[in-house]
Amino acid sequence: MVDITPADAVPPAEVAEMELYHPHSWWTKYVFSQDAKVIAIQYSATATAIGMVALVLSWLMRLQLGFPGTFDFITPEAYYQFITMHGMIMVIYLLTALFLGGFGNYLIPLMVGARDMVFPYVNMLSYWIYLLAVLVLVSSFFAPGGPTGAGWTLYPPQAIMTGTPGGQDWGIILMLVSLILFIIGFTMGGLNYVVTVLQGRTRGMTLMRLPLTVWGIFTATVMALLAFPALFVACVMMLLDRALGTSFFMPAIVEMGEQLQHGGGSPILFQHLFWFFGHPEVYIVALPAFGIVSDLISTHARKNIFGYRMMVWAIVGIGALSFVVWAHHMYVSGMHPYFGFFFATTTLIIAVPTAIKVYNWVLTLWRGDIHLTIPMLFALAFIVTFVNGGLTGLFLGNVVVDVPLSDTMFVVAHFHMVMGVAPILVIFGAIYHWYPKVTGRMLNETLGRFHFWITFLGAYLIFFPMHYLGLMGVPRRYNELTDMTIMTESAHHLNSFISIMAFMVGFAQIVFLFNLIWSIRHGREAGGNPWRATTLEWQTPQTPPAHGNFGKDLPIVYRWAYDYSVPGAKEDFIPQNVPGSFAPSREPA
Amino acid sequence: MSVILVFLLVIAGIAGWWLSHQRLMTKPWLEQGMAGDFVALDRSALPTAKIGLGVFLAVVGCLFALFTSAYFMRMALSDWRPLPIPPLLWLNTGVLVLSSIAIQCASLAARKGQVDMVRLGLATAGLTALVFLIGQLVAWRELSADGYFLASNPANSFFYLLTGMHGLHILGGLVGLGRTSVGAWNGAQPQRLRLSVELCTMYWHFLLFVWLAIFALLAGWASTLIDICRGLLT
Amino acid sequence: MAVALVLVLIVVGSVLFHFLSPWWWTPIASNWDYIDNTIIITFWITGVVFAAVVLFMAYCVFRFRHREGNQAAYEPENRRLESWLTVVTAVGVTALLVPGLFVWSRFVNVPSDATEVEVVGQQWQWSFRLPGKDGKLGTSDTRDVNAENPLGVIATDANGQDDVVVEAADLHLPVGKPVKMLLRSIDVLHDFYVPEFRAKMDMIPGSVTYFWFTPTKTGTFQVLCAELCGQGHPMMHGVVMVDTQEDYLAWLGQQQTFAQLSAPQQMGSAE
Repeated sequence: MVDITPADAVPPAEVAEMELYHPHSWWTKYVFSQDAKVIAIQYSATATAIGMVALVLSWLMRLQLGFPGTFDFITPEAYYQFITMHGMIMVIYLLTALFLGGFGNYLIPLMVGARDMVFPYVNMLSYWIYLLAVLVLVSSFFAPGGPTGAGWTLYPPQAIMTGTPGGQDWGIILMLVSLILFIIGFTMGGLNYVVTVLQGRTRGMTLMRLPLTVWGIFTATVMALLAFPALFVACVMMLLDRALGTSFFMPAIVEMGEQLQHGGGSPILFQHLFWFFGHPEVYIVALPAFGIVSDLISTHARKNIFGYRMMVWAIVGIGALSFVVWAHHMYVSGMHPYFGFFFATTTLIIAVPTAIKVYNWVLTLWRGDIHLTIPMLFALAFIVTFVNGGLTGLFLGNVVVDVPLSDTMFVVAHFHMVMGVAPILVIFGAIYHWYPKVTGRMLNETLGRFHFWITFLGAYLIFFPMHYLGLMGVPRRYNELTDMTIMTESAHHLNSFISIMAFMVGFAQIVFLFNLIWSIRHGREAGGNPWRATTLEWQTPQTPPAHGNFGKDLPIVYRWAYDYSVPGAKEDFIPQNVPGSFAPSREPA
Repeated sequence: MSVILVFLLVIAGIAGWWLSHQRLMTKPWLEQGMAGDFVALDRSALPTAKIGLGVFLAVVGCLFALFTSAYFMRMALSDWRPLPIPPLLWLNTGVLVLSSIAIQCASLAARKGQVDMVRLGLATAGLTALVFLIGQLVAWRELSADGYFLASNPANSFFYLLTGMHGLHILGGLVGLGRTSVGAWNGAQPQRLRLSVELCTMYWHFLLFVWLAIFALLAGWASTLIDICRGLLT
Repeated sequence: MAVALVLVLIVVGSVLFHFLSPWWWTPIASNWDYIDNTIIITFWITGVVFAAVVLFMAYCVFRFRHREGNQAAYEPENRRLESWLTVVTAVGVTALLVPGLFVWSRFVNVPSDATEVEVVGQQWQWSFRLPGKDGKLGTSDTRDVNAENPLGVIATDANGQDDVVVEAADLHLPVGKPVKMLLRSIDVLHDFYVPEFRAKMDMIPGSVTYFWFTPTKTGTFQVLCAELCGQGHPMMHGVVMVDTQEDYLAWLGQQQTFAQLSAPQQMGSAE
């Protein structure tokens, strides 16, 4: 029984009220808004829009790979521009921006019980700089020579040479400028996310009472703040190499029989800087997904997340370890071979906390009361694809196994499964989960199930067989797989099959977008807490929450975020802001 | 990459120290209702803006640590030919130290509520910082007049890059200082002015520290120091 | 029900695909069957984990799906179970890592009797250089590259004079003899990759990288570039022919040395 005793009555919040900026016009309310929720929607919409561009690019690439020679307009130059922009957009402008800028902005203040981010003005600037970065990126499609075709890793020297599309045109310059802008914009947002979690928590919201979503986004943001400077440094130095003729990354080079002016630079220095950012980046995308999926599973299985403490420690541990594994992307880069021993070891160590997280998700299902709602379906699909992609990571992280597999389709399959498909499935699950809070209406169930099945099974059928192409030795970043002795006839058929699957999965996303727009008006009314969840964002007085989130008084937090199916409680959930205590029927061993 | 790893180790140390005070070992499901007991854990007593600036400085520190790492990695190659340090840099360093002292005075004055002294301190700090920037530009001109151009060899490129990056950060600081000064002259609320001046002071001292580190790096002392440390270790 | 079934089907389908599909690695033609064995170990361990996790999940979804009146159990944590799982995982990871590191130390330590062969990558072709009778390769510098000296061999280095230069043509190697491939590029990153040999390594302009292997089968093998090197990247094929000793010597006899290649030019300038 939950009994509210006078002893539990705590005086009203002593937290100093923050001054909110009160918008006076439509412009300051919906466009130049300082409300984190509006900024979140702006971030999400922009990220989705640019993500659709990347999706179309992936179709074009699959057209070429699946049906070589059929589509003349996909020249080698165009193909390389497609892969580059697809990769860069998906990793940075979609996944990073959507998880941190979108979900971070929406959920952090609501979940920690704050009225808004701590620096709302800086937060607004963050979005507008992000938008500028996206526009600069898009402008490169229209620049002379087109966007850069250097691959998303932008490895010098080729990234700034004539043999690469955009290398001596505007493409690479616009790419680098756009990244620099993105990093500046992100740093502004990131400061907000971190300091809001540190300083904006409402009364009673100790760190160990935070939902794992907040833990995931918080840790990812801290990592991003420390990792993005590496990309910044690499971009600035490459920009100087390209625009002012310095030689940070450019050794003596003979290009097409001509000696270039450069000399003395180190291409491998760029790789170190890039991957010092690039590997944490993987976890910057993965940790928010870990956090969100924990909450989805717990809520929809009506059971507390199993091993909450382990989950928190694992998030922090993974975050810290991910800074000492970067060179596992460089086993065959020609760096000192003895680094391989160190980085293989650290890489495989990181598998342990990651595995613990997986065990805890499935153990949360054990003896749960599993509601197979759409968010739950996406969470289950996430576990399948994440386990699959994570395990193939053990191939690539284990230095000698990486030797035959690196730079093959195996790598492409691995990272799409683990940091493409898996986090995006979480994003979908999260959208189905929180859409009722954002709009007040549910997404359409039938369209949702259609979207789920096509996306999950389609994506699995795309990327699972692709590993085996890599095992055959098919290299990545080839627009032509003809004239290769290792490519059998059946392998070409497999490629066509993968392409057809890719079009189907892409089509399902259009259905999803339609659902998103249609349900704003026509969805079923959701009420304040349709999933009967415990966390604070579901306890707001209005749905969608008004500016300031919580009405007159901030909520006071009395319990952790996972009081589901508490023995003796009247309902199978107790929101975090409900006072009162109960004696747990048994203390776990 | 050792410099950045050491830097991150320090950050990890601070984070670890903070986390160790957050009772991460507790079993949150056993602690209901006792919100009152946790007030001290909720948040730091420091003003939020200071914590925000602290996080930002960690990011800036990370940036310069990475530049330093890159510098050392490139320096390790055999064809490294550092350029001579223009003597003017000594003078510039002195000016920047003065700037820090001035802003420290402003900060102390703000604590005592002496608005006139605050204004004097801010103006001195701003002017000296400007002089520093101009001095750096003159040093650049001297170097290029002597034929040490940006693109002529990697050591030169690093020299211009590091000093340029530091200069840009000073420039950004001047914008913040400008806003604080506007407040100081237009009679901002003493509490606000004090916070604002203190934030500038943090930033100024940090950039002075960064400059001293860069100076040591460019002059070659940093690598000597590291060699000595390495010698002691092995 | 359907969800649990699909999860089971995913596991069964993936395992069947693994064993029955025609897509598998090319027959090995080098000594690196150690690497193949490590991959097999990894497949087994990871495959078992994948099947176990997904099947367990399928069981949970089937057994604990929501029905009217169900209530979930209340179990915040179970330290013993978690500790056990951690230990088991650590053991599994060690079982992957140890053979991996063992083979890696073989991979990076070149046997002393390996012959050196230099590979030079450029956009978008492969050239090769073999040490001449002195068994030593001459030094090289990208700055010395020109039309007559495509590999940038330093002309004043006596060791380089008898080096055999194979410009943009097939490389021949004798079967059964370890070779140390010295990899060099004169423009961008490339990666010398023969799927049948399993080994590969990037080539970086400005430095020399290496790997070694022993060809174990005669035949013709295709060289692929495995590091994006500009728009001609997928066309950058080459050929390695692994010959018997006699065939190899016959081929070698037909090749020109650096001195021979640069001789006409010197005569021309003397006139």
